Amino acid sequence: MGSSLGASRRLGAGLAAVALVMAACSGGAATAQPATAAPTIAPAATSAASTAAPSANLGVDDGTTVTMWTRSVTAVQTQALVDAYNASHKNKVQLTVVPFADYLQKVGAAAGGNQLPDLLGGNVIDAPNYASRGLWQDLTSRIASLPFAASLAPSHIQAATYNGKVYAVPHVMDVSALYYNTVLFQKAGLDPANPPKTLADLKAAADKIKALGADYGGMYFPGNCAGCMVFTVFPSVWGAGGKVLNTDGTVSTSDSTESVTVLDFYNKLFTSGSMMASSKNENGTTQNNAFATGKVGFALLGSKALGTIKETADLKMGVAPIPSSNGGVSTFVGGDVMGVSSSSTHADAAWNFLAWSMTDQVQLDIFAKALFIPVRTDLAENQYAKNDARLVTFNKLVAQGQTPYSKNFFQCFNDANGPYLSMMRAAFFGTDAAAAVQTGNPKITTCLAGS
Amino acid sequence: MTLSDLPSSTGRPARRWRDRPGIIGWLYAAPTAAVVVLLFVLPVALAVWMSLNKWPLIGGPHTLNFPDNYAHIPSDELFLQGIGFTVTYTVLIVFLLVIVAMVLALIVEQPRRGVGILRTAYFVPAVVGLTSSALLFYGLYSASIGPINPLLQALGIIKEPVDWLGTPTNALISTLILMTWRFAGFYMLILLTGLQAIPRDIYEAARIDGGGPFQIFRYVTLPLLRPSLALCFVMIVTGGLLAFEQFYVLTSGGPDNSTVTMVMAMFRQAFSLFDLGRASAIAVVMLIALVAVNALQLSVLRRQDP
Repeated sequence: MGSSLGASRRLGAGLAAVALVMAACSGGAATAQPATAAPTIAPAATSAASTAAPSANLGVDDGTTVTMWTRSVTAVQTQALVDAYNASHKNKVQLTVVPFADYLQKVGAAAGGNQLPDLLGGNVIDAPNYASRGLWQDLTSRIASLPFAASLAPSHIQAATYNGKVYAVPHVMDVSALYYNTVLFQKAGLDPANPPKTLADLKAAADKIKALGADYGGMYFPGNCAGCMVFTVFPSVWGAGGKVLNTDGTVSTSDSTESVTVLDFYNKLFTSGSMMASSKNENGTTQNNAFATGKVGFALLGSKALGTIKETADLKMGVAPIPSSNGGVSTFVGGDVMGVSSSSTHADAAWNFLAWSMTDQVQLDIFAKALFIPVRTDLAENQYAKNDARLVTFNKLVAQGQTPYSKNFFQCFNDANGPYLSMMRAAFFGTDAAAAVQTGNPKITTCLAGS
Repeated sequence: MTLSDLPSSTGRPARRWRDRPGIIGWLYAAPTAAVVVLLFVLPVALAVWMSLNKWPLIGGPHTLNFPDNYAHIPSDELFLQGIGFTVTYTVLIVFLLVIVAMVLALIVEQPRRGVGILRTAYFVPAVVGLTSSALLFYGLYSASIGPINPLLQALGIIKEPVDWLGTPTNALISTLILMTWRFAGFYMLILLTGLQAIPRDIYEAARIDGGGPFQIFRYVTLPLLRPSLALCFVMIVTGGLLAFEQFYVLTSGGPDNSTVTMVMAMFRQAFSLFDLGRASAIAVVMLIALVAVNALQLSVLRRQDP
């Protein structure tokens, strides 16, 4: 069960955990260490003036210290941006990385006490919630002044738009995809250049990899992580032409035929043993670990994982669109947006960081070079993407994907105690996926209707 | 002669204000009373007021909506589920902590070589913050990086790895282990103080009368330890009914919401669903229940022997 790490490595990790926790304060957010070293880049331009029109609003760089919160899942990218910005600007950004599972609660508590940071990041699916509650300042005119405004990721801009005003900009892009280990593909007699396109193909391939031996797993899935499930299961529904929400995000349509088909597929994948048993309790914090060992055939991860998981002799990563029942393609255009808090008194300095973060050099040298997707569609065809077919796949997916829109999305879908996770776990790991959906879907709709 | 010696209109000497009985006592108590009013009475009053209003976490307006917030409680499935689990957890932790703490206190009661080290070792976990403790145990129990399973397998105690947090029963037991590790030493200290306050000659007398160790414990030690036990019970029951951090960090209320406590449900209402009015209503109901439970406890534990 679970990844098979060496005993000494576990003991060392356990002792390190003890030392870390004994030195930590209780409560509050901790600054997390990035999973990998931040990419090395040349110092960025001291301002974005060289790439901006004269009328662009770039804020001020006058030595102000601005505070920033970001979710732990974007720690690597955000830290890289902050390090580069601080090295090349008079302003300094103080970054706090918050565990993603607690982010909304921490934001809510801080907002109630008027203690939000200057720069507030957030899951793109939370953007309608934040914008409607007035957590961010209106950035419409600032964004419109940028020469590349029209090429900012449309789904992120739309998610951050409320009553015709835009309250945040894209910060980190993350699209979901099917990752597969080409080394295991070859061992199992599968063609790495021909990954599964339908759910039936996926099960057949997972079964073959599982059959390699007791140490191997067909698929590792974060079965106790609601946000992960939303991110990787929705595309299979969308790819088959289905919907998960109505237009204004107040009714859940997880009881559609397309959706039940997908959940039934995962139920059978788990029951047959091709989905590893330890998937049931994976809450997302260690979901990359199993795939990183090179013993698992498939994982459903975000595009960020390409730059985060290290390839080894046992693991060479291929990526493909997430399969659907009929071979149709879609993705969840996720990631984070970032805005200036409504309570911030350093809006101009905060905007200086945001405007700089979206310029050509930063997007190419920090994101594209490190195999992350730029937040601008006009930079999709960059020299780094062209050298790696996997990035071409991600960039194509951005145009084919969706971002669900609902004011109460997190509370009803992502929340660990919300109705969606209960329904999904009953569907995945119970005896009857369709019955689980019949029972659970109305509770999601009731939740979505909340104020 | 002083002013106080002068006759008053009643014929008795007039008394200075500072000679009135009770005034000095009130003055000494005033600072503490001020703190209690500021940090307890006012917040409770505010919580009660919030529970009578529609009170979103962010923005407004705040409008009276009584009894809506209270009427919503019976339909809050998560909270209702949390009541049953919290009571079950509280009963278990009370017995576990009192028994373990009593055993530890009896072990370290007698002065002998090494007892100082033992007392320190048992008490040290109490200085680790509860959230830090829960994070520590989360790592220890982890299927992928935790050392407990490999250690138990290497010692031959288990054959297959244990899924410490993967089933409702295991998640509850794992949390009970965490809380026992964290608090047993603290309650050991309270009981130890009580044990050391029992006069030695009472034990001498009991032994002379032919009492065995168990009889002495049951008929001498336990009755005389009643005040310390009462304190332990009140603190453990209150802590149990208000359990939050250990489950929030260790299990996130899972698996499948099986370890959601009342306070977790209240926290979700406030900071995920952004509704302080409903969360305050839950808090007021819990306060009333806690006062009732503790009053009952104290009346039972403090009854005088005939």
